[in-house]
Amino acid sequence: MMRDTIILRVVTKLLLPVILIFALYVQFHGDYGPGGGFQAGVAAAAAIILYGMVFGIPAAQHVISKSVVQIMIPLGVLIFAGTGVAGLLLGENYLNYSPFGSHSEAGQHLGILIVEAGVFITVASTMLAIFYGFGGLADEADAAAAEKSEESEE
Amino acid sequence: MIAAHLPALQVVIPLIAAPLCAILRRGTAAWVIAVAANWLAFAVSIGLLFRVLDEGVISYAMGGWAPPIGIEYRVDLINVFVLLVVSGVGAAIIPFARKGTEARFDSTNQAWFYTMYLLALTGLLGVTITGDAFNIFVFLEISSLASYVMIAMGRDKRALTAAYQYLIMGTVGATFIVIGIGLLWAMTGTLNLYDLAQRIPDIENTRPVLAALAFLTVGISLKLALFPLHLWLPNAYAYAPAVTSAFLAGTATKVGIYLLLRFFFTVFGGGGFFLSTPLPEMFLVLSIVAIFAASTVALFQNNVKRMFAYSSVAQIGFITLGISYATETGLTAALVHLMNHAIMKAGIFMLLGCVIYRLASMRIDDMAGIGRKMPFTMAGIVILGLSLIGAPGTSGFISKFWLVLAAMENGQWWLVALIVIASLITMLYVGRLVEAAYFREPSEKAKNVREAPLAMLIPAYVLVAATIYLGLDTTWSAGLAQDAAASLLSAAY
Repeated sequence: MMRDTIILRVVTKLLLPVILIFALYVQFHGDYGPGGGFQAGVAAAAAIILYGMVFGIPAAQHVISKSVVQIMIPLGVLIFAGTGVAGLLLGENYLNYSPFGSHSEAGQHLGILIVEAGVFITVASTMLAIFYGFGGLADEADAAAAEKSEESEE
Repeated sequence: MIAAHLPALQVVIPLIAAPLCAILRRGTAAWVIAVAANWLAFAVSIGLLFRVLDEGVISYAMGGWAPPIGIEYRVDLINVFVLLVVSGVGAAIIPFARKGTEARFDSTNQAWFYTMYLLALTGLLGVTITGDAFNIFVFLEISSLASYVMIAMGRDKRALTAAYQYLIMGTVGATFIVIGIGLLWAMTGTLNLYDLAQRIPDIENTRPVLAALAFLTVGISLKLALFPLHLWLPNAYAYAPAVTSAFLAGTATKVGIYLLLRFFFTVFGGGGFFLSTPLPEMFLVLSIVAIFAASTVALFQNNVKRMFAYSSVAQIGFITLGISYATETGLTAALVHLMNHAIMKAGIFMLLGCVIYRLASMRIDDMAGIGRKMPFTMAGIVILGLSLIGAPGTSGFISKFWLVLAAMENGQWWLVALIVIASLITMLYVGRLVEAAYFREPSEKAKNVREAPLAMLIPAYVLVAATIYLGLDTTWSAGLAQDAAASLLSAAY
């Protein structure tokens, strides 16, 4: 944990909003240019991971807790798959978004936006789940090491 | 309206059910969803079968994008045959899963287990139904990743190393497959299987296409555990939870066989090209070695699950032996045994799951005298074992019959002899279990066991009944397989 390093703390706080806004830019720019839910999800997760590395994992989990992450992972998949089913219910083939809008292009555009939101949610939460998973192991190891050194001091 | 969308629903139903299980995170609710999704998927594949019999090949354009630009789901007789096997075996296994998982995991982990099960099912159904080469790779990875987790959830610590071993081997296999697909794409500029089948015959003797064939053969052989690429299988089946072993034995390797058939015959242009390569001889030799080596190793196993895992490698040898002939009879034998072996081996692993549930051990010595304590479980294993040997009146006999017929058609009488000898070895290892279970005094552990609960026995007996039924009436196994084999050889797609 690098909580004591003032430079890191300040720079991290300055960077966080920039990273998050960039993630949103990549997310909403995805349907016209390079980018999309996958890259945006990784960028957004990177912001939380950076926060967790500098201020400690409990602080990061205060922002997005483990249980929220575990719900977000399947939720994103469900949004993606559900968008396809909505197309089915509106009488088109699976994953055909045309009936969502007044004309086919508008429908496709809206469909892609929703699908990319699903991708964003799943990718970001999966990155966090991996980070929490391994970070949790490191915390346990730290705790065990601290206990050991206390014992040897005694 | 629903009939038109059956190809999409086949994959979408389990795909949506999987995240639902993960969100609910209650074991019972997840199980109900998994059963509903799997049974619906089975109903969908039955619906698809009748549509295919009615109107021939079905093409479904994903997202309304017309093939070959968009991803196409293409269902013909060969697909739908494998879809029926995969969803049908799954539909029998999933009600059985309840008791075993309840005893082992807390509510949340049960839900995760069903999520993984449904993802594996999604992947396997997707591989089978899709008409797009890259889509095959994606679905294969979905099913493989889910099955690694399902294996690692085994009771034994060795399940972790087994899952890791499978992960490494499976990833190597998947890499080979994607290289093969990449080479085909580079040469033809298309990923659509139907389109590939149109373009490849003109360039099939160019070096990149032959390299693609080699990569695909090795990669798929790894996935279906063809000797000598089978090393991941025995441990994975032996240490995985019983539900996983039953499901993988019944479906995963069978989908590998399907891929082999699809690429060899449909994509590379019928039986003629296959026979012009060294592949038939290679598969003939490897199949015979697989049958004898794996059966012999199975004889000396003390862990009964491992014994039947090696037996799976041998039985896959019988299937690839049928493929190596590239005749209508040979391919019929392969497809019939694909279905029959899926049903009987899934049934055996389910009944072994009943034994573990009560006995908590898989050692053959601990199973001594269990025939008197768990009469229905053991009777089921004996019936399925007889089918494995190929006794008349069981589905195994039909498989062997077609296989022998294919060998005689080619005038290879020595092969007929080898098939009979292989059946004798099968009889020996099944006999070892029967001897221990019925003719020995109960072991210390076996003294206090009772018959397995009905919730586990009934699903397993559905498969036992199917094995006997398919031994008497072959309309739905050999009848369908014969038509499918004919369309494979003529590369009709």
